[in-house]
Amino acid sequence: MRGPVPDAAPLAPRTRLWPGLCAVYRAQLSRAKVARIPLLFVATFQSIGIMILMRGVVATGSDAARAVVSGSSVLVVAFVALNLLAQYFGQLRASGGLDHYATLPVPAASVVLGAAAAYASFTLPGTVVTAAVGCVLFHLPLGGLWVLGAVVPLAGAALSGLGAALGLLAPRQELATLFGQLGMSAALLLGVLPAGHLPGVVGFARDALPSTYGVEAFARTFGGSPDWAAVLGDLSVCAAVGVVSLAVATWAYRRAAYR
Amino acid sequence: MSKGTESAAIWTVRGLVKHYPAGRTRLRRRSADAPGAAPVRANDGIDLDVRRGEIFGLLGPNGAGKSTLVRQLTGLLRPDAGSITLLGHDLVAHPERAARLIGYLGQESTALDELTVALAAETTGRLRGLAPGTARAERDAVLDELGLTDIAQRPLKRLSGGQRRLACFAAALVGERPVLVLDEPTTGMDPVARRAVWAAVDRRRAERGTTVLLVTHNVIEAETVLDRVAVIDRGKVIACDTPAGLKAMVDGEVRLDLVWRDEPPLELPEITALREQAETAGRRWTLRLPQDRARAVVASVTAGEAFAALDDFTLATPSLEDVYLALGGSQKGLVKA
Repeated sequence: MRGPVPDAAPLAPRTRLWPGLCAVYRAQLSRAKVARIPLLFVATFQSIGIMILMRGVVATGSDAARAVVSGSSVLVVAFVALNLLAQYFGQLRASGGLDHYATLPVPAASVVLGAAAAYASFTLPGTVVTAAVGCVLFHLPLGGLWVLGAVVPLAGAALSGLGAALGLLAPRQELATLFGQLGMSAALLLGVLPAGHLPGVVGFARDALPSTYGVEAFARTFGGSPDWAAVLGDLSVCAAVGVVSLAVATWAYRRAAYR
Repeated sequence: MSKGTESAAIWTVRGLVKHYPAGRTRLRRRSADAPGAAPVRANDGIDLDVRRGEIFGLLGPNGAGKSTLVRQLTGLLRPDAGSITLLGHDLVAHPERAARLIGYLGQESTALDELTVALAAETTGRLRGLAPGTARAERDAVLDELGLTDIAQRPLKRLSGGQRRLACFAAALVGERPVLVLDEPTTGMDPVARRAVWAAVDRRRAERGTTVLLVTHNVIEAETVLDRVAVIDRGKVIACDTPAGLKAMVDGEVRLDLVWRDEPPLELPEITALREQAETAGRRWTLRLPQDRARAVVASVTAGEAFAALDDFTLATPSLEDVYLALGGSQKGLVKA
């Protein structure tokens, strides 16, 4: 006999989106404290190292200097939010760790957004340190650093959404790692080098990369009178990519967790 | 459970079938035309009835299809055919309801490994829909019950395998559910931790009528804690009864283990004859024999030359492993510990 049974047992409540997201965020952040601090150091030192290298070829205070500092700062976000998050979800999926979340009544979006938000916010200190060191190195004003308060969450949303989607869609864990690394390398090569020095085709690739808009938004604010409309435009692109990529990541999570 | 007052099934499974494509990775494309490319039947027409308040076991070696079955029972995997009804809810049509009825302890702890024991339990409770205060209170109660309070602030990955398993079990208990699904819950645990697990299960069963589905390949555990057990082999249920009922199926047989000092004395014709029937593991021979035949074998190996070559022997009543083998189980993979 099939169909609904009149005396079916009551179901425990579903976890709502926001409390679920907060619980995942808090857990991920504590996890990041234990496991990710050494990697954050690596990310920061990598960016500072790149700036020191570029210091030899780029004139201080120039447009190119702004591009280098801005690109190196956003690279920290790409390293953690894109590369490490892709690896994390790839590993979670391969090891069967997704079952833990999938057998709890929590919305997929809570898990994906909570993890993405934790990884993105974890990049903030590294980004600020990198940007501050860069400003000193290249004689740029430190006053515009507050804009990182908008750049990091929005570029973070775009890149962590991309990272989560890559990690969850990659058919194998090694591929998730590879995609994450490639994404970060692209952010490095296309973000740090000043756009004017890139050949045409590479310029298109640069425009296609969401981190570019975070880099541009930040770079614009170093000037004396920034074009705020353009900054807002760049940040809107980040936000839009963030919405789309996080939606894709949420779909990918459901696909990976329930087969 | 007393006979005659058996409660009705709360979890019924009928005709459950799940295939996996042969060679699920790139091999599939390469070997698509190969004759051996038929899909693998991981579950092949499984029927089960689990009753309220019982500890029901799924026993079988690794690869028997237990995990595939559990993934379908918990809503993680969609069956190709068949029905699953839990507490009046159709889990094939509504797999998402499983999470609102079942507390699940899987085999993997990777989602919790980097959290502290306390945070793992609290977060799991929050994600099971508990309010923050309730989650904290339940966390404290469960950690105390399982003796984990002293290590509550340590990350799971820094714990021993058994402690980590116990911490995951704690997380599975925060946020009460009428049904618990425990997949190899005591792997790697010392006897103290095992006792804590079974005491916690018994308490929930006595106080709240909790039903437990236990997946195990440990024969001793199955015999001691289960009310009823389904023996799974090659994707099918080959028997389902109480452990005592199953053992009665091979009542006439006993198991004889012979351990030789060095080489078995194969020059003796009676030993050569035994070798045919023995399952050998190093110097140990295991024989499953009718009682009178076993007595005769013991008499012959404990006399003369054979006895000189013998290091040890044991005669035992049948275990669930013997039942499994007698039912045509595909050997190996069951654990006696």
